[in-house]
Formats: sequence, C-alpha cells, structure tokens
Amino acid sequence: MIDISLLEQKSREIRGKLVEVSNLRHVPHLGSCLSCVDILVSLYWSILKIDPLDPYSKGSDSFILSKGHGAPALFTTLAYKGFYSVELLNDFGEEGNPFAEHPAPNCVPGVEIATGSLGHGLSFALGKALAAKIKDEPQNFFVLLGDGEINEGSVWEAAMFAPANHLDNVTAIVDFNKWQATGRSCDVMSLQSIAEKWKAFGWDTYEVDGHNMHELCEVFKKSTKSPGKPKVIIADTIKAKGVSFMEDDNNWHYRIPTAEEVLKAKQELGLITS
Amino acid sequence: MRNQFAETVTNLAQENPDIVLLSGDIGNRLFNGYKEIAPKRFYNCGIAEANMITMAAGLAHSGMRPIAYTITPFITTRCLEQIKVDVCYHNLPVVIVGTGSGLSYAELGATHHSCEDIAIMRSLPNMNVVCAADRIEVRLALQEAVKMDSPVYIRIGKKNEPDLHHNDPVFEIGKGIVLNEGEDVCLLATGNMVSCALETAKLLNQSELTAQVVSIHTVKPLDKDLLSNYFSKYKLIATIEEHNHIGGFGSAVAEYYVDSFLSVGGSSNSAKIMRFSTPDEYISHVSSQEQARQKYNLTPEYIAGKLAKTLLNL
Repeated sequence: MIDISLLEQKSREIRGKLVEVSNLRHVPHLGSCLSCVDILVSLYWSILKIDPLDPYSKGSDSFILSKGHGAPALFTTLAYKGFYSVELLNDFGEEGNPFAEHPAPNCVPGVEIATGSLGHGLSFALGKALAAKIKDEPQNFFVLLGDGEINEGSVWEAAMFAPANHLDNVTAIVDFNKWQATGRSCDVMSLQSIAEKWKAFGWDTYEVDGHNMHELCEVFKKSTKSPGKPKVIIADTIKAKGVSFMEDDNNWHYRIPTAEEVLKAKQELGLITS
Repeated sequence: MRNQFAETVTNLAQENPDIVLLSGDIGNRLFNGYKEIAPKRFYNCGIAEANMITMAAGLAHSGMRPIAYTITPFITTRCLEQIKVDVCYHNLPVVIVGTGSGLSYAELGATHHSCEDIAIMRSLPNMNVVCAADRIEVRLALQEAVKMDSPVYIRIGKKNEPDLHHNDPVFEIGKGIVLNEGEDVCLLATGNMVSCALETAKLLNQSELTAQVVSIHTVKPLDKDLLSNYFSKYKLIATIEEHNHIGGFGSAVAEYYVDSFLSVGGSSNSAKIMRFSTPDEYISHVSSQEQARQKYNLTPEYIAGKLAKTLLNL
C-alpha cells in the first residue's frame, strides 16, 4: 500500500528545497519545476522500478525529463529519493557541481540523458523502448513533457510513430500547467482539446489532476497495465503550484525568490512554523 | 551505391543482432531482403526525420547499432538539432547514411541537392564524416562504421557509379587510399569525385604530367599523417569535391595546412593548394548531374587544364 500522506510530505519538502536553492543559487524556472513535483514524486515513490543505488541495473524502468528546464525538480526529487545527498543541491550550478539549469549526459546517478532543447525526450524514449522490444525486455519508459514543449513538431512525429509500432512500454506525461515562457499555452499555439489530440493520434489517453497524489498513483498503475498502445497522461497542473503568491503567475518562469519569499513559501508548505 | 548499401546492411544485420535499420520512407523494395532476415530490426520511420534520428540515439543508448538512412538533405540539415544534441552530444554510435549526396539528385532540384552537409556534419564534435567513392567504399565504410564507438555520417551517391577499386583496398576510417602514383601534382578527392580525379590524372598523363590520386574518404578525422607528408612533398595539391566551396573537404585540408604550419614539421609546408568544388549558390534550373558538374567546372577536362596551366607558372 502506498502511503499517500508520506508522498504529499515529500512533495512539500521538495518544493521547499527548490524555492530555497533557487534563491541561494539563482536557479530560474521555478514555476515549471513546482508544477511537476507531484508527478515526479508519484512516479519515483509509487511506480518506477529504479533502485537509487543501482539505477541502471537490468530490468530497471527508465525516466526521461523531456522538459529539461524542469531539471532542478528532477535533481531535487532524486536527492530526496536517495540517489545522492540532498546537501549536494546547495552548490547547484557551481564550478564542478553536477547540476546545471539543463541536465548534461550522466550528470548524476539517475540522469543519463541531456535535455533542454525541447521536443527530444519522447523520441529518445521511443528508441529505447524499441530496443527493449527487440531484446524482449520487460522495461517501461516514462517521459515528462511540458505543454509548451509540445509546440515542437518532433513531438508529433513521435506521437504518430509510437502507436503505429505498438510501443505499449511507453508512458508520456504532459505537465499541462497552461503557461509557456511568454504566454498562455493555449493562446500561443492551439492546445485546446489536448487529450483529444493525443487520442486521435492513437494513444491510450488519461486525464488526471496533476496535484492529486492519489489520482496520480492510480492512473500510473492503470496505465502500465493496458497492452497494445502507448499511454499518455494529461496532468492538469498549476504553474508554480504549492506557493500561493507564485501560483499561476508566469513571472515565476524566470524570477528568483528573495530570502523573505523563501521564508514565506516554506511557512505555507508547513516546513517551518511562523 | 544505394544497392550496395542495401546488400551490405543486410549482411551486417545477419551477422550482428544489434543492427537496426531505420529508413525515412524511401527504398521501396530496396530493403526486402533485409526485412526477410531481420523483420524486427527494420523500421520505416515515415517522413519524420527528427524523430528517426532521436530514436536512433535512443536505440544506440540501449546498446543497439542503429543505421539511419534517407536522402541526404533530410537526414542532415533537416534534423541537425537532433544529430547535434541526441547523437553527438551523447557520443552515441549511430550511423547516419545520406543517399543522393552532392549533386547526385541534380535533376530533382535544389531541395534535393546537398552541398553543405560535409561542412555542417564535420563541425559537430564526436562526429566522423565519411564520403564513399564507389560501391566498394560503401561496403567497407559501413563495415567499419558499425565498429565505431562514436557517430559516423556516411555520404553516398545514387546508383551505377563506376567501380574505382578493383580489389578490396585496406580501408580504415581516417586513412586515405592511394589510387594512382604520381609526382607532379597531387589530387585529393572525396566521395563521388574520386572518379573525376582518376580521369583528370589520365588527361594530365597525356601532357606528360603524373598525378598522385588519393581517395580521402574520411573528411573527419582527416588523414593528418598523409597530409603533413604531402604538404611538403608536392608543389601543387588539388582538392576535389561535389560540395560547396565553403566548409567542405577542401576547407578541411586548407584548415589543416594553416593549423599545422606553426607546429612541429609544419613549417616545411610548401605546396600550393587549389580547391575544386561547387560555388556558394543554389541551382534553380533543371539539369542532370553531368550538366551541373559542367556548369561548375567539376570536370576532368577543366581540372586537368587548370592544373597543367598552374604547374607551368610554379
């Protein structure tokens, strides 16, 4: 049984650390990071078969953060999951430190693929998923995309390839936080009916509240069990979720919080008492 | 060269269970033999080259040996970002094969010409760039490429190119193959212009001039030993390629000439270098490959005449 309240607590701690490190090390993309924390926690704590101490052992699942600018969220999640020490995050972006705004190949245990140029992660996962099919290995591949990211045409090339080749070992998650760098994602490009789009391309499509830990865990459980088709989960999220004065405010795509704002955020997250 | 590619890739797939062939919706029936022996390792990726290249990177990352194949412009410049980030940045052993390179598809129009691919591919870290001169080099290049631990771009022509090698030469990526011995001038050619270089040598012979002819199939890494030697040995070196004057094979040789000048031994660089290549423009009128070569002075007659005249003044 998954302890949902434990996962919710992990999410709060990770959000707090993200805000803290953003201030400390001037790391941007806080809004994009905070919107996908619950997705990452539900994946790493409830679904992914990945041993933090031996993440690439045979039969391990694979996760690719296609929205590479969400790297701080992934780095922080992996630290809390025990891939490496949480303290390592305090030197984020310093000379010699493995963390950068966008991940480099094999920068830390658990991150093999460099992302940051958008629209690559899904295709990369398809290649790995094909290899697993050829070798008859029962591995699952998870990819997290941003809603802005799916502006990229390559995403839709991949979206057409995967169902045609029955890649049912792939689950894509779209962090649908309704914003991209400079505008509402549904205004910049026509993203309306996002679930219908994926359905029409032949994907087994699920819609879920991307901040409801119970729903997330359930949908991942369900999605890995249906054979024949690739899966996509449209996670309805709020940009910068978890900190009231940042939520749904696109300034936090790039803004860095002040020390005072970090304090306020941590209080809201219940990590410190006022 | 296309048929040879299909035959060799089929043989490689038979020997090596890690070979996966990705095609960008071309080669109707060309790969029937391949599909018979390895149906689970052939994917028609559709007209979607960006996805094809990144999937190739993913396959290679999982230990397979992918070979991605389609028409040169679409497998190089069309998906350059994917080649740069997914293949080269991760240094994955993906073999990218472009067919109809240079002006091979002259009659199809400038959308199908590729006279910038060498320049662009060789500027990517980790990438090896190989241009096959005939079907024998296609076979040998492919056999060597799948043994590499880093990405390889192989530039091939179309079909019915003449055989230039009569026996299998020693083929090593990064090492030129001497096809003709001569002393007065050295012709360094790459890919589908090696045949032109051999014809040029014959014409020069009629004027009592002997030409060294080398197939420099690998533009990156360059055969630096050979070049260092030739830079002082020959009075005149010509580079010949079916590629833009900017950034291609001739540029690579010229760069090395300059770069090696101040290094040990380089101060004896004395050869004059002439570059034969295509100009910096698009061909918008319909023409055959032969006509296009005529227009751009990429013919044995023009090159031989030019070299003979230049030699007189050296």
